[in-house]
Parts: sequence; structure tokens; C-alpha cells
Amino acid sequence: MSHALRPPAEPADADPTATAADSKLSPKAKAALSEGKKAERRLGLLLCAPAILIMAAVAGWPIIYSVWLSLQRYDLKFPDRTEFVGLENYVTVLSNPYWWNAMWVTVLITVVSVAVELVLGMALALIMHRTLVGRGIVRTSTLIPYGIVTVVAAFSWRYAWTPGTGYLAETVAGGDPVLTEKIPSIMVVTLAEIWKTTPFMALLLMAGLALVPDDLLKAAAMDGATAWQRFTKVMVPVMKPAILVALLFRTLDAFRIFDNLFVLTAGSQGTSSVSMLTYNNLIKGLNLGIGSTMSVLIFIAVAIIAFVFVKLFGTAAPGGDGGGRR
Amino acid sequence: MAEIVLDNVTKQYPDGAVAVRDVDIEIADGEFIILVGPSGCGKSTTLNMIAGLEDITAGELRIGGERVNERAPKDRDIAMVFQSYALYPHMTVKENMAFPLRLAKVDDTTVEKKVRDAAEILDLTQHLDRKPSNLSGGQRQRVAMGRAIVRSPKAFLMDEPLSNLDAKLRVQMRTSVSRLQKQLGTTTVYVTHDQTEAMTLGDRVVVMRGGAVQQIGAPQFLYDNPANLFVAGFIGSPAMNFVPASLENGVLRSALGDVPLTDRVRSLLEGAEAPREVIMGLRPEHFEDARLVDDTVRSNGVTFTNQVDVLESMGSDKFAYFSLSGEQATSAELAELAADAGSADVPGGGVSLVARISATSSAVEGEPADIWFDADKVQLFDPGNGRNLTYRG
Repeated sequence: MSHALRPPAEPADADPTATAADSKLSPKAKAALSEGKKAERRLGLLLCAPAILIMAAVAGWPIIYSVWLSLQRYDLKFPDRTEFVGLENYVTVLSNPYWWNAMWVTVLITVVSVAVELVLGMALALIMHRTLVGRGIVRTSTLIPYGIVTVVAAFSWRYAWTPGTGYLAETVAGGDPVLTEKIPSIMVVTLAEIWKTTPFMALLLMAGLALVPDDLLKAAAMDGATAWQRFTKVMVPVMKPAILVALLFRTLDAFRIFDNLFVLTAGSQGTSSVSMLTYNNLIKGLNLGIGSTMSVLIFIAVAIIAFVFVKLFGTAAPGGDGGGRR
Repeated sequence: MAEIVLDNVTKQYPDGAVAVRDVDIEIADGEFIILVGPSGCGKSTTLNMIAGLEDITAGELRIGGERVNERAPKDRDIAMVFQSYALYPHMTVKENMAFPLRLAKVDDTTVEKKVRDAAEILDLTQHLDRKPSNLSGGQRQRVAMGRAIVRSPKAFLMDEPLSNLDAKLRVQMRTSVSRLQKQLGTTTVYVTHDQTEAMTLGDRVVVMRGGAVQQIGAPQFLYDNPANLFVAGFIGSPAMNFVPASLENGVLRSALGDVPLTDRVRSLLEGAEAPREVIMGLRPEHFEDARLVDDTVRSNGVTFTNQVDVLESMGSDKFAYFSLSGEQATSAELAELAADAGSADVPGGGVSLVARISATSSAVEGEPADIWFDADKVQLFDPGNGRNLTYRG
């Protein structure tokens, strides 16, 4: 084996010691695995196998199946006309103004809600981190919105904005039915999203704040930094990994917005998100082909968001080694 | 450059706990002063009050003659080096050192020059573009020093800057800190719990205990004339030996035999109102193997015979450990020192003693040896309040 690995150009009368060293090294370098190593590798694969099988069953197979469905004309209302049509469904969806409107609504809600949540969440995290008195009460009360079932919360928002009965409709909107117009409803939905998930953002950011050593802030104070400079020049850069993870989580989550919309507007007045539209086509319209095409497109959009965060911003994948770097 | 005056400074927390009580220290311009004491003695709190990181409850702090109690840390013009170094992990060495200058809006060329100069002094020039995570402990420590010296502050505050380094490097850095301070001539307040650092570095040492200053003085003076049992036990390594004794007719009766009072001890004791029961303190180096002491000197001291429990050869000399029968010396101070050293619950009846004897001694472990000590070097303490009865103020 060692002969086979040696470069053929090597002269026959090469230094004998070097040859000896080579023949000693090359089998090792080429990883002729020892029995122990092999057994270890086999055990590793065996231990991973259940997880891999489950992931393949619950994630892999549905993805492959929806890609397959998206390439067919497949409407349960006309089951006889099912046939393979290639990318025709994609052309149909991507040239459809409803899809682009839904995409625009989704992006708007995502960007606005995540941006506002980041600012509010950071403020809340700082409060929770710094509070000395009544720490438990502050933290608990901050987390209440996150503890309420989204649909329940969405209904209370709907009632609050319903003219005649809702206090918000009477006080803020002056009795106008805000949920019957496009832009105001999107604002209400965004507000509901922000109210609901800011605590989650705050929790993730608070974990990030714990990564900033106290000494670092003291040192910055000694170096002449004002409170704002300590925040922007020391705290934020040091907790950047945590901020990016929080943004990634929330962006992916917000992009799939469904429940708040479903309860508040049900997608009327052109307020559908992409998830809403997909649901309407797939479940209500029974159009498996178009519906699957839309879910594949959402999947691609989410993958792009994750890619941008991980590759371009250098977000450490959750569970990866990045939060603890110094 | 400035002098720092702590005028009856007290720190009391909202829950009533007093961390620092009536501390009075005058630190001269350019002086290197060490605050030393066991953990929880208030030394770090005192430093943080000078820095402005903790509020002062009562008393006044003056830097360069101005009251600064109410000033924010950034307006006090002092730099601090932390135990953890507190380097900004997202900045390079250069950016770390330039940070205080950038905040002070110093122009680019000056920043560049000052950082270069500091890096040269600290031998960091080739590391300027690296991140702290890629530096060794010693290099990080030097960057922290660099960040402090670049802006030529009125004073340096150092909070145990060497305690995260390994033993050998710590000794090296100790000398370089000392050299740097001499070179820059900047007033420096240095906190440590390590009495060796305190002895070797400072112009003066402040020994603290339970939030109060025990004694202030030059290292050698503290060593030779501890004001009380606490200072006596804290300063010196190995620590001073304490043996209970009673004063009777000009003679000290103790487990080491009867010790005659020399003229020096007698005159110091005269004004001191000594109680009958005292604690006798003896430094390890005041012992010697009796066979190596010539007869004229021998009569100035006391010789006793005891079994050597453990004999440690250090090369230059030997440490001999004994245990004597009889009661251990007890006092609040000694209990606290033992707790700090972690030896409070080490079982050991009787008095244990360590003697530093000549390397040429023929004493053998496990065998009896004749040991002599100098009666003139004896220090006597009041067990009730810990006061040194033989203190030469």
C-alpha cells in the first residue's frame, strides 16, 4: 500500500532514511482507519440515524413531494386533468399581481415589525438587565404578550378595533372601521405582531447582554465614553452575534405571518401575506399544483433570508460556536 | 500627574453594609501605592471610588487638589487596568489602545503617534493589527497597560492586573510594571491581595482589613514594625509565627522555653501597658540551626529542641516545620488570616512553627533538632485587640 502511494517520480536511490519515514507516514496520512476508529465512526452514524430518519420523514419528504406537486397541473376540483407541466405553475404564480401584492405586504410587515421589535426589544432587554428592584415583576410583565396564544390575542385586537364595541376603534380611530381598509389594516396587523413578539426579541437580546462583561463597560467609562458611546461602541458590537441571531429568528418568523392576518382581516382588501395566499389556494381552493408552487417559493425566500444572514452578516448558526467568542 | 487625597472616605451600601470606613490616605504626586488585604477588605471598593465607578457615601476625594466626588469617571482623567484586562474583543490591539484618544477627539496623526510610542514601550508593535482573542495572557495584559498609558492621565488605577497570569510571567510583569511606573512617573494606585506584589512594587503599602486601614508605610517598615497582629500575619511569606506567652518578672514563658526580655523589648514595652498574657511573634528567618550559631551570638537568644516534622530545601535555605505542644495563639485577627489563607479548618493541635534555617543545616526530617532564635527580634502582641506592644512608631 505504501508503494502505491509513493509518488512515481521518486528516484529509486532516494535517501533511505527519508524513504523509511515516508513509508511510515503515508499509510497514516491516508487514514487507513484503525479498528477502533472504524467502530467509533459506525457508532456515530448509528446514533445519528434515528434523527436523520425522522428529519427525512417530516421535513425531507414533504419538501420533495411539494416540489413534485408544484411541477404538475393538479387541482382536486378537476382531478382528471392532472398532468406534468414543468415550470408552468411558476410562470403562472410569478406573473400574477395577487402574488406580488402578497409578497409586498409580507415584506412590509416583516421589515417594519422586525425593525420596531429590535429597537423596543433592546430597550426592554436593557430595562430587564439593569433593573434591581422588582426584577421578577418587570420580567414577568414584559413576557405576558408572548405567553398568550396568538389567535386569542388576535381576536382581542380584532374586537378592540371593531367600531361600536372596541375601545381602540373609539379612542384612536374615532369610530372608523380601520380593519376594512388596506393600509390601516396592515398597520394594525404589524402592531399586533410587534406587541406579540417584542418580548421574544427582548429575551434573545437579554441573553446577548449577558455576554457583555461588566468590566468592559467600566473600562469604556474610564476611557471617557458617554453612556450612549458605551452602548454603540462597546455593547452593540460585542453582542452583535446575539443581535443577528435574534434578527434571523424574527425575520424568518415574521415572513411566515399567518395567524394574526387570518383573524384580523382574513386577507381581505389585498392584505394577504404569501402564507395566507398559499393557504387560500392550497386548502380552500384545493389547487395542489399552484399551492405547492407557492410553498416552494416561500421556502426559497426563507432560504435566501437565512443565507443572507448566515453568509453575508456572519450570523452564527444557532447552536454553533459564535456566541462565546471573545 | 497629581496627588490623590482620600479624606475620611466611607462607602455604605443601601442595605446598610459598610464596605469602606473612614479611609484617610494621602498619595503623593508620582507615588506608587499599593492597597493590599484579603478578599472583602474594601481595597477594590476604594479603588472603584477613586475611579468614580462607585459613589462615595461620605468623606471627600481630591485629585490634584480638586474635589471630584461628583465627577463621572470620564471627567476625572484617570486610567484603569482591570484584572480581566477588559479589552474590547471587536477591536484590534491598535483600536483598543486608540479608543480613549478617539473618544477624546484627538486628531489622527497624534493618535497614530501615541499608539506607536506606547506599543514600542510595551513591545507590542508587531501585534498592533491582531485581535485580543489571538494574544497570549501576557500580551493582553500589556495591551491593557497600553490603553491606560496612551492618554497620559493624571493617575493609573490597577485592579489586580497580574493575578490572571501564571506564576513565572507574573514575576516578569511585576518588574516591568515597576519599571514602567518609574519611567512615566505617574501616580499609581495598585490593588492586590498578594503580599509579595505589595512588598516588591510599592513605594508605600496600605494594609486594609474589614473596610478599614490597618497601617500605611513603606514595605520594609511594615515588615519590621507591623502595627498589629493582622499586619504582622499578612505581610511576610512564610508568615510570622505566633506563640502564646505570658510575661512574668521580665521573662516570657512560652512553649519555646523562657525568653528573657532584651533591653530593646523592655524599653518598647514600658509605655505599652502590656497585659500578662501576650502573643509572641517571630519571623521564620530569626530562627537558625543552633549548631551553626557561634557561642557569643547564641547567648542573645533561646535554644529549644523539637522534632522536625517537615523539612523543605529551597536551595538557598531550608524551611523546617515543627509542632509544639500547648495552646495555639488565638485572636480575631489570626482567625481571619487563617480563613483568608484557607487554613482555618486544617486540623492541627498545638502550635505550628516554621523556621527558615541555613541550607548547610544538618537537621533531618523526623528527628529532633536544636533550634535557636534571636530574643531581640521578638514582637509582642495584645491578644485582646491585636495591638503590637513592641511597635516602634
